[in-house]
Amino acid sequence: MTMLYETQRAMRSRRRAALQRGVVAILDVGSSKIACMILAFDSSVQMNAAEGMSAIANHGAFRVIGVATTRSRGVRFGEVATMEETERAIRTAVQAAQKMAGTRVDHVIACLSGAEPRSYGVSGSVALENGSVMEHDIGRVLSECDVPDTGQGRDVVHAMPVNFALDHRSGLSDPRGQIGNRLSVDMHLLTIDRLVIENLLKCIKRCDLELAGFASSSYVSGISALVEDEQELGGACVDLGGGATTVSIFLKKHMIFADSVRMGGDLVTSDISQGLQVSANTAERIKTFHGGVMATGMDDREMIEIGGDTGDFDHDHRRISRSELIGVMRPRVEEILEEVRARLDMAGFDNLPGQRIVLTGGGSQIPGLEGLASRILGQQVRLGKPLRIQGLPQAATGPAFAASVGLALNAAHPQDECWDFAIPPSAHGRLPLKRAIRWFKDNW
Amino acid sequence: MSSVDPTGRDYSPSRTKYRIERIWLTPIYRSLIRTGVPLAIVVALCTAHFSKPETQAALAKSVQSAWAMVENRPEFAVNLMRVEGGSDAVAEQVRAALPITFPESSMRMDLVTLKTQIEAVDAVKSADLFLRSGVLEVRIEERTPAMIWRGVDRYELVDATGVRAGTLETREAHGHLPLLLGLGAQAHAPEALEIIASAGALRGRIRAMRWMGQRRWDVMLDRGQIIQLPVHNPTPALERLVALHKARDVLSRDVTLVDLRDGRRPVLRLSSAAVNELLRLRAIADEEEET
Repeated sequence: MTMLYETQRAMRSRRRAALQRGVVAILDVGSSKIACMILAFDSSVQMNAAEGMSAIANHGAFRVIGVATTRSRGVRFGEVATMEETERAIRTAVQAAQKMAGTRVDHVIACLSGAEPRSYGVSGSVALENGSVMEHDIGRVLSECDVPDTGQGRDVVHAMPVNFALDHRSGLSDPRGQIGNRLSVDMHLLTIDRLVIENLLKCIKRCDLELAGFASSSYVSGISALVEDEQELGGACVDLGGGATTVSIFLKKHMIFADSVRMGGDLVTSDISQGLQVSANTAERIKTFHGGVMATGMDDREMIEIGGDTGDFDHDHRRISRSELIGVMRPRVEEILEEVRARLDMAGFDNLPGQRIVLTGGGSQIPGLEGLASRILGQQVRLGKPLRIQGLPQAATGPAFAASVGLALNAAHPQDECWDFAIPPSAHGRLPLKRAIRWFKDNW
Repeated sequence: MSSVDPTGRDYSPSRTKYRIERIWLTPIYRSLIRTGVPLAIVVALCTAHFSKPETQAALAKSVQSAWAMVENRPEFAVNLMRVEGGSDAVAEQVRAALPITFPESSMRMDLVTLKTQIEAVDAVKSADLFLRSGVLEVRIEERTPAMIWRGVDRYELVDATGVRAGTLETREAHGHLPLLLGLGAQAHAPEALEIIASAGALRGRIRAMRWMGQRRWDVMLDRGQIIQLPVHNPTPALERLVALHKARDVLSRDVTLVDLRDGRRPVLRLSSAAVNELLRLRAIADEEEET
């Protein structure tokens, strides 16, 4: 567990160092678009936010000074598929955002929707030495958590203490200073495929940038799309992306579950393309302009020119009714939502006090999706747009930018302050001595 | 989705272009390129232009002509010199000493140099120069001659401090001043004046002071009498002689020289007639004694 402790601390300090520089880029590498946001941080406010575990999210601490999006290339299912192409797309987005910001940026915080996120709930407990919870006890209990076997080639990206319990009192968010004998913690771990991150890291390196942090987009879109009471009482965020649909469940302001479905809007597009015999670009256009999932009588009369460029007059002047288009799209959207339902059931979403489901992401803009989703996912479904952040242009406030905005919020107010608590040296056991011996072996 | 646009060109920036853009967005490079490079070019061009000798010459010439134009403005012209506080003869000497042809620009006048030039005139003790509305005012203070030094071919006026106050052809105009004789006597004029002042009753009889052998004074009285003063403490010696004269009326007698160089006693030299008379009287006295 000490390794987890150290990697988490390292990640945190690296991100902090990047924020100290004042300017950091947010990079949302999606399957259909790559968004780059440049944030200017006010370092004085940042220092205040670091003071305690329960520091309030300080949205005033940064402002967006540059935003650019570009069509994604070489990314499939939220993972890097063609490195060269991805690198070019990242370059395009970063350059445009830099141009808008008027400054260069060296550090990026990235998020990916794919890479098979898996959630683990772990717990650990320690006996308190002097009857009350000291700061180093928190570090100790965090490092005491037993990590399950996460499998070969997987890395922990998020490890957040969701709940502290002191003897028999549970539900504490900040147990420091309280009196008790035994402190235990419930922690949520999110692991993803290491190779996917390494590929992304390579792409970012090739753009002369440095990766200062990484987040799973399931987590960050939940941060931006769920409002406070949804995060507190229990809510799920479903981010319908291009290549992957991510699901995250929040309780007590912490993520307790995250998953990703490798289906998304691109699949709908390819269905349209195959079903109507049109090119992918035309299918995308038809989907965005005329798409829907709830057919009405009106839709039978609304005819859509689907076109083509084969030179065959009849082929190029085909017209279909909107109901036909809906007939193609709806089964696929239903399938995606059913898959989401399965993931939520698996996570035990039914047992949460609040069961609000928020749909966000580019795919949530399909007209009528709310009605369809409420049939599959339950009654409490709403469409969510990301929170407002300072300096964000109107064009980047849509649901498609939920992950980007969430990543920015997460960068300004990461929920991993707990890792700042140091373990007392005695807790390391013989480790310092071992380290010294190793140092001698390496150097002499 | 295809990765290229219909024109067949990739819309994404090339890696080089991307890097150049990033360098351009770096504040230090940006300021360097925006201000440093133009500045360097301008400085280089200026240096190249002004390092040419013909440019420098033309520049110097134009500056000079502009300066001359300013200098020659009528506002700066000095048309007249007024000399105050001196006799006409001295004023004439002062005018002759100044190498200025009027009208002259006041900006070309260096009053300090003019002052030293004027003060170089013998008869001028000090001079003050003013420029007032086109007139060069010279206020001089003349040296008052205290003695006349007689050389082989000329007379020089000497003031009380021993500085030359002019040269003369004849001493007619300054007949009342005591005469100094001897090479380098001028420098010791104050001492001579002191001796004259202590002469008391003899004062009216002093005709000249003679500087002997660069070390001591002779006082020349009328009737060709000479008082030889010692090198050290000449004044007390003379005072003693004056007292002796008062008591015994020494210098009214037929004495040609009083030698005071030996501090213990004065030595008198009688005129030859007096010596003869003395010898005659002594002979008479001897005869009377024998008889």
